Amino acid sequence: MDTQVPTTSSVSGSTPQTGAPVVLENLTRRFGTTKALDGFTLHIEPGEFVALLGPSGCGKTTALRVLAGFERPDIGKVVVDGQDVVHIPAQKRDMGMVFQSYSLFPNMSARDNVAFGLQLRHQRGTQRRTRAEELLALVGLAEHSAKYPHQLSGGQQQRVALARALAIEPRVLLLDEPLSALDAKVRAELRDQIRALQQRLMITTVFVTHDQEEALSMADRVCVMSRGRAEQIATPAELYSKPSTEFVAQFVGISSRVGVVRTGDTVSLFGRDVTIRGAAPEGAQSLDALLRPEDVDVVVNPTGLGIITHKSFLGATTRLEVGIGGAAVKADILSSGADVFELGTRVDLVANARDVLVSAPRPAT
Amino acid sequence: MASLGLGEALEGDQDFMDQYSRGNPSAPWIKRVRWGRGIALFLAAVYFIVPFYAAMQFCLQNVNGGFSLAAFKEVGEAPGFYSALWLSTQLAIATMAIVLLLMVPTMIYVHLRLPRFRRVMEVITILPIVIPPIVLIVGVDGVAPLWLKSSQYLLAVVYVVLAMPYVYRSLDAGLGALDLKTLVEAARSLGSGWVSIIWRVLIPNMRSALLSASVLTLALVFGEFTIASLDGWTTIPVWIYLTPTTNPRINTLVAMMALFGTCVVLGLVVSLDRSRRNSRRS
Amino acid sequence: MSELITDTSPSPSGVSDEVGERSSKAGALLRSLRTGAPVLPFLAYISLGLILPTIAIINLAFRSNAGKLTLANIKVILCTSNSPSCMQYRIGFENSLKLALVTSIVPGILGTFVAYAIATSKHELFKRLTAACSGVLAQFGGVNLAFMFIASFAAVGGVATHWLADIGLNPWNHGFDLYKFWGVAFVYMYFQVPLMILIITPAFAGLKESWREAASGLGASSWRYWRHVGLPVLAPAVLGGMFLLFGSGFSAYATAEALTTGTIAITPIQIGAILNGNVLSGEANLAYALGFAMIVILLISVIGYALLRRRSSRWLR
Repeated sequence: MDTQVPTTSSVSGSTPQTGAPVVLENLTRRFGTTKALDGFTLHIEPGEFVALLGPSGCGKTTALRVLAGFERPDIGKVVVDGQDVVHIPAQKRDMGMVFQSYSLFPNMSARDNVAFGLQLRHQRGTQRRTRAEELLALVGLAEHSAKYPHQLSGGQQQRVALARALAIEPRVLLLDEPLSALDAKVRAELRDQIRALQQRLMITTVFVTHDQEEALSMADRVCVMSRGRAEQIATPAELYSKPSTEFVAQFVGISSRVGVVRTGDTVSLFGRDVTIRGAAPEGAQSLDALLRPEDVDVVVNPTGLGIITHKSFLGATTRLEVGIGGAAVKADILSSGADVFELGTRVDLVANARDVLVSAPRPAT
Repeated sequence: MASLGLGEALEGDQDFMDQYSRGNPSAPWIKRVRWGRGIALFLAAVYFIVPFYAAMQFCLQNVNGGFSLAAFKEVGEAPGFYSALWLSTQLAIATMAIVLLLMVPTMIYVHLRLPRFRRVMEVITILPIVIPPIVLIVGVDGVAPLWLKSSQYLLAVVYVVLAMPYVYRSLDAGLGALDLKTLVEAARSLGSGWVSIIWRVLIPNMRSALLSASVLTLALVFGEFTIASLDGWTTIPVWIYLTPTTNPRINTLVAMMALFGTCVVLGLVVSLDRSRRNSRRS
Repeated sequence: MSELITDTSPSPSGVSDEVGERSSKAGALLRSLRTGAPVLPFLAYISLGLILPTIAIINLAFRSNAGKLTLANIKVILCTSNSPSCMQYRIGFENSLKLALVTSIVPGILGTFVAYAIATSKHELFKRLTAACSGVLAQFGGVNLAFMFIASFAAVGGVATHWLADIGLNPWNHGFDLYKFWGVAFVYMYFQVPLMILIITPAFAGLKESWREAASGLGASSWRYWRHVGLPVLAPAVLGGMFLLFGSGFSAYATAEALTTGTIAITPIQIGAILNGNVLSGEANLAYALGFAMIVILLISVIGYALLRRRSSRWLR
């Protein structure tokens, strides 16, 4: 059981490291009367990249901080590599953390920042410097090693922060919305770089974000959180096409609600019977179906029940909004075939999904 | 030389309190700090409260050691007290009038049309630190014309210079909080003349800044000793010092009242400052 | 110069428009004069009330009583001979520097600790209260402060002295003298410490919690954090504050005068003595030299403060 800060010297980042398996079990944390975490459980495989995704206040940052050791859970276990670390202080947990912003020590150059963890582990000066330079090269900042944080851009600062976190060869890498404070273009570049680096080094990584595009594009698995609990933990593809709860369906991707009537295991959707995915509210006959824009086809029909109310050109696809039976349904079609649809065109909708998620009807506003 | 950036320091304080009050009560290092914190604060409190309390007791006890308000009566009967009070009051009014008449239009104009001059003004208002009253009086005595030197209003003239840093900061903050350009353009488009704009539009919106500036000037004049004593005028601080100490309770009581008055007055400034910032936030 | 307000009065150079470049340059000059005109009262006042006296000081510091240019006055302060008359001014200057040093370093450190203690408190109200208190206490000074301390700590009749004597601790018996150098330094703390608190508190605001956490996550103990990050980052702000405190302690007159009835040998008191006429004739111009010396020292302290502040605000923003 290694509770000491490791003092090993290191090889360059070309050797794949293996991350540690992480288990967050039944974490509960209260702040005053609010529960930031409410029985939150998550199992992470070694070397896996997991994103914690959710709106602000959902508990994702709290979960990360509990893992890091900056917060203590009221109940629950944090098991890293088979060891319960809840009682181990943050400084001994051997985890690399990248914060949202301003976490570089302003009085040190980039190189010294990166070497800081190594300095604490009593590595010799030349060794530290070499290693720090290697890591800075890894994140593409080799020529900036002597610069101070205030001389670096936001994106560069975050890359230094990443190098600094990796320098100590952590078992787990934690990132708390590291890209939120950067502008869009830098964000996109850094996103790819972080993912590439992680895959190369195979470190177990937990990435907190409120941006679903980030989560879906970077992670092996995404944990969607709401009100301190995990709504769904799945791969990005699964999360998108098979949301298991209403919250996930509405938070991830676009969805439309349509009132449907249930018969047994199916509901009648635009004249077709479609199987219900997962659980349905008990006993209810009238339900709402949650549809993705690609779940629906649009066909011109002068006597159709639907009428086009919006049309937006999105590039390869065009998004139509169809008013039908009191509901507004978003449908995506190929832009090449969009000419036939204009505002006011009468249409029919055809469901092309194999199954559909349902939920209790929302009370009429 | 006293606190320079009262408002400035308070500004930083607010951000700081916002950050620390996010609350990280479980961080282990904070727990460890608590002990040392308590001791430091306790000792500081002792040093600052004890003399104040002791001096108050000094003033308010009679020969037998009991509580007595006799000292107040003695002050009223003390020779020269009322004329010193009157002199200080006249000087305070004169100083406030001059400094506001000088600074308000100037600062409005600078904020409106000469923003680069603000830098110059900032530098100028740092000068009184480099040239403190004890030094300034030497120079003033050397160049002031005789007719001015024989008038008590020489003090007011010099006090205006001493008050400038505080007045500048107050007004600068107050003007900065207004959307000055828009207000003035709106008033001009409605046909208002300049005097009217200043009097009916700008000044009412600068009320708290003006009050702060006035009150700081007041505190300054009532506390200023160096220049008054070296020029031979008996203002309240000079009176406190020069009154023969047959009954030290008198001097001390007036000094304590002055200190107490400073507390009240500055407390007013601070609460005005805070309410201005709070209203700006909403 | 952007035209924020449309100017409806006729342009003064309108007449000479046909005449060519020279007059349009004159026009531009006139225009900028008109733009600058409203700040003239302010500038005039400052020139007469502040700049002119300062020039007089600098000028007369280098002139003898007869008006001739001389370094004699300055030489008095840097006195190398042992004549008592000039030694007293040099000693006064040294004492002033010593007093300023003591009342900048000690309150500087104490103020930093107290400010830290306040900053890490959890109670909002407490923090607001102490912030307001510091603002008020930093303005205390002069005669009023001196009398408050005399009433409390006078050897005979001081209320606090009495309390301390009751518990067997009379500081006067152990060499404490309120009316000498260390007594004055003791009293100066009353406004120097709050001044330091006011100056340094924003610096603590700039000390980001994320640095602390990042250091902790990398394995740093509390001590190592302060040693490698916290203190180095705070150092310019603390030093800058001390420079400001130095200036404050160096230039204070009223408190020392009221406390010691002018008996302490520091430069401000000595200037006061000259102005009061309590000195040998022929030394009148010394006041200018002393004033000039003070300006030089204060200039250094303000520049030091400004430079350190620039460094600290770069890191702590």
